[in-house]
Amino acid sequence: MPASESDPHAPVDGLGPVRGDGPVDGLGPVRGDGPVDGLGPVCGDGPVDGHGPVYDLAVVGAGCAGLSGAVTAAELGLSVALLDASAQTGGQYYRHPAPALGAVRPEALHHDWSAFAELRRRQEASDITRLTGCHVWAVIREDGDLWAVHAVTGADGDGERPVRVRARALLLATGAYERQLPFPGWTLPGVVGAGGAQAMLKSGLVLPGRRIVVAGSGPLLLAVAASLAAAGARVPAVVEASGYLRYARHPRALAANPQKLAEAAVHGAELLRHGVRVRTRSAVTAVHGRDRVEAVTVSRLDREWRPAQGTGRHIECDALAVGFGLVPQIELAAGLGCAVRRTADGTSALVLDPLQETSVPGVWAAGETGGVGGAQLAREEGEMAGLAVAARLTGRSALVRSGRMRELRRRRARMRAFADVMAAAHAPGVGWTRWLADDTDVCRCEEVTAGRIREGVAGLGARDVRSVKLLTRAGMGWCQGRMCGAAVACLASGAEAPPPSAERRPLAVPVTLSALASLDEPRAGPEPRGR
Amino acid sequence: MRDAPDLIVVGAGVVGAACAYYAARAGLSVTVIDRGPVSAGATGAGEGNLLVSDKEPGPELKLALLSTGLWRELAELLPPAVEYEPKGGVVIASDEAGMASLRDFAARQSRAGVTAHELPAGRLHELEPHLAPDLAGGFHYPQDAQVMPALAAAHLLRAGGERVRLLLGEEVTGLITGANGEVRGVRTPSGPVRAPCVVNAAGPWGGRFARLAGVELPVLPRRGFVLVTEPLPRVVRHKVYAADYVTDVASGSAALQTSPVVEGTPAGPVLIGSSRERVGFDRSLSAEALRRLAAGATALFPVLAGVRALRAYAGFRPYLPDHLPAIGPDPRAPGLLHACGHEGAGIGLAPATGLIIARCVTGGEPPLDLRPFRPERFERPSSDPL
Repeated sequence: MPASESDPHAPVDGLGPVRGDGPVDGLGPVRGDGPVDGLGPVCGDGPVDGHGPVYDLAVVGAGCAGLSGAVTAAELGLSVALLDASAQTGGQYYRHPAPALGAVRPEALHHDWSAFAELRRRQEASDITRLTGCHVWAVIREDGDLWAVHAVTGADGDGERPVRVRARALLLATGAYERQLPFPGWTLPGVVGAGGAQAMLKSGLVLPGRRIVVAGSGPLLLAVAASLAAAGARVPAVVEASGYLRYARHPRALAANPQKLAEAAVHGAELLRHGVRVRTRSAVTAVHGRDRVEAVTVSRLDREWRPAQGTGRHIECDALAVGFGLVPQIELAAGLGCAVRRTADGTSALVLDPLQETSVPGVWAAGETGGVGGAQLAREEGEMAGLAVAARLTGRSALVRSGRMRELRRRRARMRAFADVMAAAHAPGVGWTRWLADDTDVCRCEEVTAGRIREGVAGLGARDVRSVKLLTRAGMGWCQGRMCGAAVACLASGAEAPPPSAERRPLAVPVTLSALASLDEPRAGPEPRGR
Repeated sequence: MRDAPDLIVVGAGVVGAACAYYAARAGLSVTVIDRGPVSAGATGAGEGNLLVSDKEPGPELKLALLSTGLWRELAELLPPAVEYEPKGGVVIASDEAGMASLRDFAARQSRAGVTAHELPAGRLHELEPHLAPDLAGGFHYPQDAQVMPALAAAHLLRAGGERVRLLLGEEVTGLITGANGEVRGVRTPSGPVRAPCVVNAAGPWGGRFARLAGVELPVLPRRGFVLVTEPLPRVVRHKVYAADYVTDVASGSAALQTSPVVEGTPAGPVLIGSSRERVGFDRSLSAEALRRLAAGATALFPVLAGVRALRAYAGFRPYLPDHLPAIGPDPRAPGLLHACGHEGAGIGLAPATGLIIARCVTGGEPPLDLRPFRPERFERPSSDPL
């Protein structure tokens, strides 16, 4: 069905859910033909049974964690299938322009590009089967202790086809997507996700506006502001809801992670050079404009993020890039029943053992799915998972007792400690819901206001995200609650912190009925690329 | 301690809500207890079918016919948000043999008070323009209707007014019994709640709750998946299903069975069922179930092939081996009443069930013969446990 002009589900400048895709995630919406590197298509390398190849390992997500896990396992002799929605490897962090754009130095926008380039070189030298343009909608356990990864390909045009990849072990490296907390006016064109703004810059080299306020909470804001300023935008303010002082309470975690301080210093220097002012303990509590963003109101917040009356300051701008940290994208794992935990900033992440295995044997995870921690941590966790899978499948237990594994575990502990400090420092205060008016849309897909959600909780017996969805329709639309889930959880639980719950999304992405109906037809993947 | 209510209802799904509503209307004070939110179990996973078309003449059909009338009354009283739609059902036969057995089934139903109109092949598309060509025909059942089940339960509870109190997020951990084994209330982690009568409206968990009271009720979960499409303009006007649905519903098999059931909703998405299998409370997705649902729906409505399913979910129907609910007092545990085991028909049968329970508690005359629904009917000699 074509979307009508007034379709409320249509994407809004990168903030709205892109039809059929999660907003900013490891299974992002980039599609199309990737670079073909001169080598012919390969068939699966694993043993073949009546239903096609069985790989040793299927990796979902070709970002830092997945790529690292895939090359590690492949170099240890495992047959590996690597699936991603994008045509390129690199995920969100190493998002780079499509070759057609002719960018000369994609690395200019990235830290640590050499680490990615090295992973990519190893992947190209390996016999990993790369399945690009694959939107994974579910992982299902099959008989014989095999995992079936179900995806669709060709989803952007006609001819959406099902793809099934079967493997003995599974590595979920599906990354994270941006958390949004709504405010009056957030649906106006010109309001974009902070991560989305950076992704636009990285992949398309375009800016969402000329005069861009960057707001929300989390370390990403400084990086985004620095990139936007460096690309020529004016950034009248960075508005951070927390105070950075909370980092100072954890001097050991800071001292153990000097590279993080160096990163912050680089962003800080960049912002200083462009005269960007950082306002902490403040939030954008309203956006103004007729047809698109013309200005924002920035209010001071107390410790619980309650806006202080009378502190509103008007800042003119033509775009707002906003985000409140990242949410691990774990629905595939949740669908398999993997245990989850609550993170320091109120999201749900997978519970992992010291070797990156989830609570479901045979399913490993790495990177943001186990708690948001950044690209370097994701890379090292991917390597650990690759080693652990190889140890399990080949019986070489020495792999997990090696000096390399010990070193990786030490580094992971250090980086996880820092990530926890960061998450705690930027955890949303319970008072943020005070900046919602009753008529503010919270679920933009289904146009459900804050008032209706409050009514569902107070008057109809809703108590959590799922019952709010059933009783108000919030979260029933295209994005399946990725955009409003965090806000709804807060509104449903009142002052209490919502319990950790992996939202059940048995279809991780929308699938056409014809693709579902033809599941039986055994098919190989799309033309695999890369060796 | 708070004032003790006249009645405790365990379970805030649609059946519990209907029990509370009719009891409150009869003047009783009711406390509804649920470990989760309102409509969190089978009610929230249901499609909201209020059907007579799929029922053989017999006790369940009598219950359904009574409920059909009660739902019409409730629709006048409840807000439009419950999305009551008396849209009718259309049952499809793909070939002549199917049409012949449908004709026979409909004739028997008509004698039991069901309205059914035969639809020759040429008339099918007047009712459902997007149906596949080359179907043999079908029957139109104007009494079939639909509600949005989660909101129907929430608004029924609300319509009970001040006499209905909700205790959500409280799990019943045990029953309080008197000297002669009679039930006098329930225990929860935050304290006891006492009442002379307790109703088991725990749906698929009704068997577990019965065991707390020391009685056996063999309720088993019968899993079903529903596919939900993107919002569409009205492509499907009635509840449309294939004739083999009726056989599947009546089957006792544990293996996966599917038969296409397709219906639109006022909000736009099309709901696609139905699958049945007994696998315990296992929520893991079954690719085969989804494949069959999608194949069945697109065979009936080819126009749906290019439409996207946005989500899928599993629910658990409360299944009793003879496919009839347990309704009424339990002679094995005085003070305990059951209102569970409605399998896939709980939304439809809720009002009649609630009315019966209210009559039982107030000593009134039940609106129909309760013997087929006796909760103790599954008792066997003690040497032969279930």
